[in-house]
Amino acid sequence: MAPIIVFGPLLASAFAGLFGNYIGHRAAQIVTTATVVLSAILSWIVFFDVTMGGNTYTIQVLQWMSVGDFDVSWAIKIDNLSAVMLVVVNTVSSLVHIYSWGYMSHDPHRARFFSYLSLFTFAMLALVTADNFLQLFFGWEGVGLASYLLIGFWYKKKSANDAAIKAFVTNRVGDFGFALGIMAIFSVFGSVNFETVFSAISNNELVTVAGSTLAVPAQDAALSFFGMSFNAIELIAFLLFIGAMGKSAQFFLHVWLPDAMEGPTPVSALIHAATMVTAGVFLVCRSFEIYELAPAASAVVTVIGAITALFAATVGLAQNDIKRVVAYSTCSQLGYMFFAAGLGLYSAAMFHLFTHAFFKALLFLGCGAVIHGLHDEQDMRKMGGLYKMMPMTWVLMLIGTLALTGVGLPPFTLFGMELGGFGFAGFYSKDMIIEEAFMMGQEGLFFGLPAFWIGVVAALLTSFYSWRLIFMTFHGSFRGKQDDYDHAHDSNWVMTGPLVLLAIGAVFAGAFFKDSFVGKDAFNFWGDALPAGPYAEGNYPEYADGYPGTSEYADVAHATDDHAAPTSDAASDDHATDTHADAGHGEAVADAGHGDEEHHGGHHPPAWVLWAPFIVTWTGFFAAIWFYLVKEGMGARIAARGGPLHSFLSNKWYFDEIYHFIFVRGAKGLGDLFWKIGDVRIIDGWGPNGVAGTTLAFAKRMAKAQSGYLYHYAFVMLIGVVGLLLWAQVSAGGQ
Amino acid sequence: MFGEFEAFLSILTFVPALGALVIAIFRFTARAEDQAQIDKNSRMVAWVATMVTLALSLILLFSFDQDTAGFQFVHEIEWLSQIGLGYRLGVDGLSVLFVVLTAFLMPLCIMASGAIQKRVADYMIAFLLLETLVIGVFCALDLVVFYIFFEGGLIPMFIIIGVWGGQNRVYAAFKFFLYTLLGSVLMLVAMIYMFLQAGTTDITVLLDHEFARNAQMWMWLAFFASFAVKMPMWPVHTWLPDAHVQAPTAGSVILAGILLKMGGYGFLRFSLPMFPEASDYFAPLVFALSIIAIIYTSLVAFRQTDIKKLIAYSSVAHMGFVTMGLFAMNETGVQGAIFQMISHGFISGALFLCVGVIYDRMHTREIAFYGGLVHRMPVFAVIFGLFTMANVGLPGTSGFVGEIMTMVGAFQVSWWIATGAAVGVILSAMYMLTVYRNVVFGEITNPKLENITDINRMEWAIFIPLIIMTLWLGISSTMVTDITAASVENLINQYQAALPAAAQ
Repeated sequence: MAPIIVFGPLLASAFAGLFGNYIGHRAAQIVTTATVVLSAILSWIVFFDVTMGGNTYTIQVLQWMSVGDFDVSWAIKIDNLSAVMLVVVNTVSSLVHIYSWGYMSHDPHRARFFSYLSLFTFAMLALVTADNFLQLFFGWEGVGLASYLLIGFWYKKKSANDAAIKAFVTNRVGDFGFALGIMAIFSVFGSVNFETVFSAISNNELVTVAGSTLAVPAQDAALSFFGMSFNAIELIAFLLFIGAMGKSAQFFLHVWLPDAMEGPTPVSALIHAATMVTAGVFLVCRSFEIYELAPAASAVVTVIGAITALFAATVGLAQNDIKRVVAYSTCSQLGYMFFAAGLGLYSAAMFHLFTHAFFKALLFLGCGAVIHGLHDEQDMRKMGGLYKMMPMTWVLMLIGTLALTGVGLPPFTLFGMELGGFGFAGFYSKDMIIEEAFMMGQEGLFFGLPAFWIGVVAALLTSFYSWRLIFMTFHGSFRGKQDDYDHAHDSNWVMTGPLVLLAIGAVFAGAFFKDSFVGKDAFNFWGDALPAGPYAEGNYPEYADGYPGTSEYADVAHATDDHAAPTSDAASDDHATDTHADAGHGEAVADAGHGDEEHHGGHHPPAWVLWAPFIVTWTGFFAAIWFYLVKEGMGARIAARGGPLHSFLSNKWYFDEIYHFIFVRGAKGLGDLFWKIGDVRIIDGWGPNGVAGTTLAFAKRMAKAQSGYLYHYAFVMLIGVVGLLLWAQVSAGGQ
Repeated sequence: MFGEFEAFLSILTFVPALGALVIAIFRFTARAEDQAQIDKNSRMVAWVATMVTLALSLILLFSFDQDTAGFQFVHEIEWLSQIGLGYRLGVDGLSVLFVVLTAFLMPLCIMASGAIQKRVADYMIAFLLLETLVIGVFCALDLVVFYIFFEGGLIPMFIIIGVWGGQNRVYAAFKFFLYTLLGSVLMLVAMIYMFLQAGTTDITVLLDHEFARNAQMWMWLAFFASFAVKMPMWPVHTWLPDAHVQAPTAGSVILAGILLKMGGYGFLRFSLPMFPEASDYFAPLVFALSIIAIIYTSLVAFRQTDIKKLIAYSSVAHMGFVTMGLFAMNETGVQGAIFQMISHGFISGALFLCVGVIYDRMHTREIAFYGGLVHRMPVFAVIFGLFTMANVGLPGTSGFVGEIMTMVGAFQVSWWIATGAAVGVILSAMYMLTVYRNVVFGEITNPKLENITDINRMEWAIFIPLIIMTLWLGISSTMVTDITAASVENLINQYQAALPAAAQ
């Protein structure tokens, strides 16, 4: 089954790409869509098979490289983590394929488009089912290629081509770190296979770092760089994260994502919201064994994630392109996932990844429907009041926004009744990250509390810009051409159908999967693929009472016996205590599985922590109402006044300008310098041309000397004789 | 089966020369009015000769014993044996793939020479002689034989550039000739010294001969002068862009695909095994030059306005990976370097052929002239795109395997080498994608491009083998590395054994 899931889209892509011109658009669409839908159905089967039946396995497909110890194979690894990703990728991909039937219906190059979409799907599947870092890297660059092709899909547009190159090259910067990370892994562990590397780390096996003959415990291995010695695991974790920053558009390497909106909207939904950009989160979660033992690198992950969450949200406030708002929102949400992962909350990060895929794809495809309905208008300043013309889209976008902003009611007790504790998907996953960040702060993790506060502030901003989008687009008065308004319309069912399915996910995915991903069943659900998180049965038992649905305390012992063991592998060995003291995060999760209760006693979040996101969400909502409905046009006036803060935000903190100056102009300048000065003037000038020139000049001068006049020759002879005599005199006198 | 047939390798080597002889006989005996016919026939003869060579090389490949580190198919003929000279040919894991690569690219070059209309018979003779000489370089097991082939190869290439080249061909040809000859003279001196020391020119004997440390240093430098120019390494690379720009398409393919590999092969055959201490001593120098080459030439490539020049500079950068991997002197590095050379043979060859496709139609290589080709030449756009990505080192193409292996090998030696090389991976994406965008994407703004035609059948036939090899090796690299494994392992073991022995 797994090979069909992975290779089906590849074959479909090749088929549509190679024979698109012969079989026609329709056939290409049918083949690719049917294949991906089949993959999606099979993925769900695999998903339940793995998470419920525990049926994990790895299929070896083909030897890729084998040189000495450097032994890499193509493989399909099915475990709990990859099963979750399979579902996310294939579900969203199949819905986007279907949606594109409508969205791309007027495009003359549909066959190529569907071929690219399927190619992307294959690369993403190869990424998530990798059993070694190098195949992961293959998928990583493969999705980068597909992203490049799809951003530049409308290749007539210069802006699209530029954005495509920017995306690829920025990602390459990240891949630079990733590749070095892989090399470092091989140098330390002599392998790039997940199993070998991770077990060497968690069992602290003896390893011999390349270049030395001494075997040292894996956790103490060191790599030296410019004379400084670094802990190998920290360094590896840091380098891998550089890769993740590129792919997941984190602060410093985020610049490509907003520009990537040049691609067709279905692409933005699939690649730049739901799947590819989450690959970085997947990478960190997949290598959690490394990050658990890399407190410093994890701190970097937390800080970068938190900064991104905040930064992108602030920029989102001042954007007018409807897709760019959602793009920055994506960037910000990815920041949430990263700071969760950095704090050791891998399951929470994956949970947010999962729910985010649904509601962000929904929002993007909703934007697509708006753009489609308005004949390719993307500027929100030219929209408004559209809810009358496209009610269906309006409702779906509302659902997406409610899910994104995490609307829901935290649990509380009123008159002895337990109430609340329900909401849209984002309520479970995003609030879970915020809460758990607070708890990690309480644990004593340095960046826990700052991350919590940034999470809360970003949630406020998220709410504001999300509602701003809704109000500017669907409410108030229409600001564009009346003609466009009159022709605005809801999309047909090919496009609305996938939206409805995604909306169902956006509403229920959180509530339905909460217990599995981060709640009481998490140990069962993740098996040994991921640490289950603090709310998993067996952790924080005292808190279990307070959280609806996790109150079956009786199961604790059961959970501890059966399921804590695998996740606690790392903790159960001798070094767990040190690590815990050093790292003080993820390991704590595993420790708790052993009933180390008093250690964590009383660390469940107080009520205000649960209510904080609730309050800021509504604050943002009302602020948006004030600015964009009650005082309609106020936002526009602020923008028009062009204060420094607004320019700073709408110019995206001037990142593009700075990068352009440093990197693009820098590369051009250096290139010119090396070429025109280095190659032409110095190397050629002094080398071949110089030698040739000197020889020629010398020869010419010699030729001149042959003047043919006798007195010239006589004169030269005379000088020679005098010179000789002088020399003879001097040397004789010297003796 | 053919291993027992002694002269097999000699036949393989001289089949192209035989073809050249046949053409020459016709060419010089034919009447003037039959010249057109002769031109046509000489294409056919050249193609058949190269195809026969290819077939023979495949037989060689399949009857090659992968588990043996030593030389196979050895063919010896007595020749001045009183002073230790002899005609000796043979292949091992280090060289056999280069023979096959040469034989593989040559028929494609002949096919890609359709645009040559001037002195076709002479052109074919030059190419066939070049093939013999190049194969001879990879098979030679005697210093003198090696030197003759190595230097002899210069002459047909010099003529190809000088006669069938572009506007500035004479300057380019002389630059090429002077650069490579200067290096070779030093190598010749070192070879004479080696002969005086060891009393033989037999490479198999010399491989086991231990030279004094001091002598190793000088000889290493002398050989380095020659091979560094051939690779080419920074800062003796400036002949390459000029030579490429002026050379006809097929000449560029051979130049980038095969002639550059003679430098890398030289390191493998001479510098590393014969002068291990010197190699170890000079390795940091080679690393530094490799990294400079990778970053420097990538940046220069970024600024080029001539497509061929850009790809030529890109070649220099990619050869930087080779030298880096070779001097890492571990299995991953050396195997990766060999792989990178083979892979680069396909990829750069294909890229030059891509340029040839549009050059044949428009007679210009100016990037600014083009733009929007995808509208008129969708198939070409796909093929050029594939090789662009391969050149960028996208995983799944052979370009990636070579780069990652050499970098992994270099990383084992030192962090900073691999880091520097990895910067080149970013830069390669920058310049290749930019040129691809400027040539292929966008609107057609130049009216002259309105009627440009997509690739024809012949061009298809040329590209398909290259596409297959690039993807195949990208997905499963063991076909190459299994062949080289035994010899490389042997090379490294001997190298490592030589180092401490001398240190004591």
